[in-house]
Amino acid sequence: MNMQFRPGAAPDAPGSIKTAIADCDIHPARKGGLKDLYPWMAKRWHEHLEIYGKHPYQGMMEGPPYPKAQPNASRRDAYPPEGGQQGSSLSFMQQQHLDPNNVALGILCPLQTGQGIRNQDLSAALATAVNEWQIAEWTSKDSRLKGSIVVANEDGPAAAAEIRKWAGNKNFVQVLLLSRNVEPLGQRRYWPIYDAAAEAGLPVGIHAFGFGGNPITASGWPSYYIEEMVGHSQCQQTALASLVLEGVFERHPGLKMVMIEAGFGWAPSLSWRLDKSWERMRSEVPHVKRPPSEYIRDHIYWTTQPMEDPESRQHLFDVIDWVGWDKLLFATDYPHWDFDDPSRVLPPGVSDGNRQAFYLDNARKLYGIA
Amino acid sequence: MSKPIAGGVDCDLHPAVPHLTSLLPYMNDYWRDQVTTRGMVDLVSQSYPANSPITSRPDWRPSRGKPGSNLLDMQKQALDPFKVAYGICNPLYGVQMVFSEDMADAFCRALNDWLVKEWLDKDARLRGSIVIPAQSIEKAVAEIERCAADPRFVQVLMLVMGDMPLGKRAYWPIYAAAEKHGLPIGVHAGSNYHNPPTSVGWGSYHIEDYVAQATAFQTQLTSLIVEGVFARHPRLKMVMLESGFTWLPSYLWRLHKFWRGIRMETPWVDRAPLEIVRSNIRFSLQPVDAPPDPETLNRLFDHMQSDELLLFSTDYPHWQFDGDSALPEGISDDLVRKIMIDNPHATYPRLKQLAPV
Repeated sequence: MNMQFRPGAAPDAPGSIKTAIADCDIHPARKGGLKDLYPWMAKRWHEHLEIYGKHPYQGMMEGPPYPKAQPNASRRDAYPPEGGQQGSSLSFMQQQHLDPNNVALGILCPLQTGQGIRNQDLSAALATAVNEWQIAEWTSKDSRLKGSIVVANEDGPAAAAEIRKWAGNKNFVQVLLLSRNVEPLGQRRYWPIYDAAAEAGLPVGIHAFGFGGNPITASGWPSYYIEEMVGHSQCQQTALASLVLEGVFERHPGLKMVMIEAGFGWAPSLSWRLDKSWERMRSEVPHVKRPPSEYIRDHIYWTTQPMEDPESRQHLFDVIDWVGWDKLLFATDYPHWDFDDPSRVLPPGVSDGNRQAFYLDNARKLYGIA
Repeated sequence: MSKPIAGGVDCDLHPAVPHLTSLLPYMNDYWRDQVTTRGMVDLVSQSYPANSPITSRPDWRPSRGKPGSNLLDMQKQALDPFKVAYGICNPLYGVQMVFSEDMADAFCRALNDWLVKEWLDKDARLRGSIVIPAQSIEKAVAEIERCAADPRFVQVLMLVMGDMPLGKRAYWPIYAAAEKHGLPIGVHAGSNYHNPPTSVGWGSYHIEDYVAQATAFQTQLTSLIVEGVFARHPRLKMVMLESGFTWLPSYLWRLHKFWRGIRMETPWVDRAPLEIVRSNIRFSLQPVDAPPDPETLNRLFDHMQSDELLLFSTDYPHWQFDGDSALPEGISDDLVRKIMIDNPHATYPRLKQLAPV
């Protein structure tokens, strides 16, 4: 995990990745906090933020409800030399990650953007600013990087308008949601987001995390950070089940979604359970026309970090066979502490074709990058 | 097809309480009066709507009354055909759903006494689980102590979705009492609906709630392991009932990976999660959440890295399989014997406290 990076990795250091890769989960941070976004926000929101803050669906204003294991949940070696939070310097990101790891395509997934806050007008204003900031500070300065359209996730119409505003803009390759919202993601309040994404031909990335006010277990709030970290995979499973069972993929046969940073090892078991339950209770959900596993197989991509890590290599290959080599998108989660090193993620015994698909080709195809 | 063998243990049978009024003989005057004066209705949990397909196999559905409410049916449909030596009764009745701990306590006591009189006394193969008012630790412990005097109670029963994660320290006196009496804690699918039934809120459909049970079991295992329940109570067994089990390997890969990364947060977790599961956690067989091809299932058994985790169950009268295929296709005779006999006996030491029937 976070112990495995190579200190001071330089482009020609031993172990550097020679073949190009796509990194489908990079987290750009802001140097100066929310103030970095002020150039793209009306003055009333500057004042509002300074008086009332973000007003999230949780008690803590300054940080996460469960303290992370490292400052900003990020690698201790990822502080930029010029100062600021890990992930806030493009030049250091290039030097530490993009260049040595030969990243040909990097997908930005900004967090702490104003998704999952209670004031919907503020959420929309922050989303717009974050999108402008991605272009101004990142994608316009390094053509390897592509942005994700951040939206006011609880306000369907506002979110759809933001997506339509950016549709066709080559700086963006997906719409970004988080897994934990006020309601499960298949609910109709979120349908305008899927309608607009489908119309724009953009995949919807669903990144683990988020704040919707619901306890992270169905028995209330647990005690530890590790429970939140492991629990994201349960949230993701339930969000995906909701999308399938509400008929979102029946409504949008061309829509693709990416499950980001929530694992993929659980996908076969969830699919089997969904299929078995659907066989019994399909009369309750007549709008779900096909076995749920088929929608998952046809519509869902999975980023790989944190990589499934069984003791036996064969167990990993079994699971990937069930999920599909054509559906995995390599990701590092840079600069976060549980970074996956591209040179160590896949064990030996993978064909060149599957390796190429895993590291680069699947992402290029999905995101339409030649 | 894998054939059940005689002399096994069915670890998940659901005798149904016909109606709240069926418990009146087991309540004191105050609670009898409460039930009648206030016009209380039957405590029907929405976990298993009476007419839902999953609630009863079509050929097990009685012409009237709730599925599972008749002993003769259970004998004819489950105990006799699968030739079990023991059947463990896990009553699922809405007694844990009420919000008053006094009411929950009175109803749990009545339910446990009803189980003894209406079921355990009438068929020597039957064993029971102690249903506890988990909202009150003190009352729950008292109920365990009261019922443990009867050796036919072999387990304590809790729901997988309750007020708090099950590893929380507040619950530990319950685990101490259970361990002392050689009672495993059975954690059964279902919610008391004091929290939303999924970790991302309320879904629209019953099928969502049912699918989400598996994720609730996952979060509970995390809680139990990282809070250190099994470091404090190494002899305590917990049985995940109607949980599914095909999710276990990949779930443990993730937990193990994060435990390695941030074990400084919970330093009392002194063994790898997989080792803790192997020594302390068991799973009932049904529902088998796997495709019906033996090759995939056997690969999954390999992923589980143990043949000691599964306990035979029919989940009677719920509809999990058809005909007599309670065991999935293509498993070895050796594994059948372990699932049906060896593993349950290793889990439930109190089964042996009475002469075998």
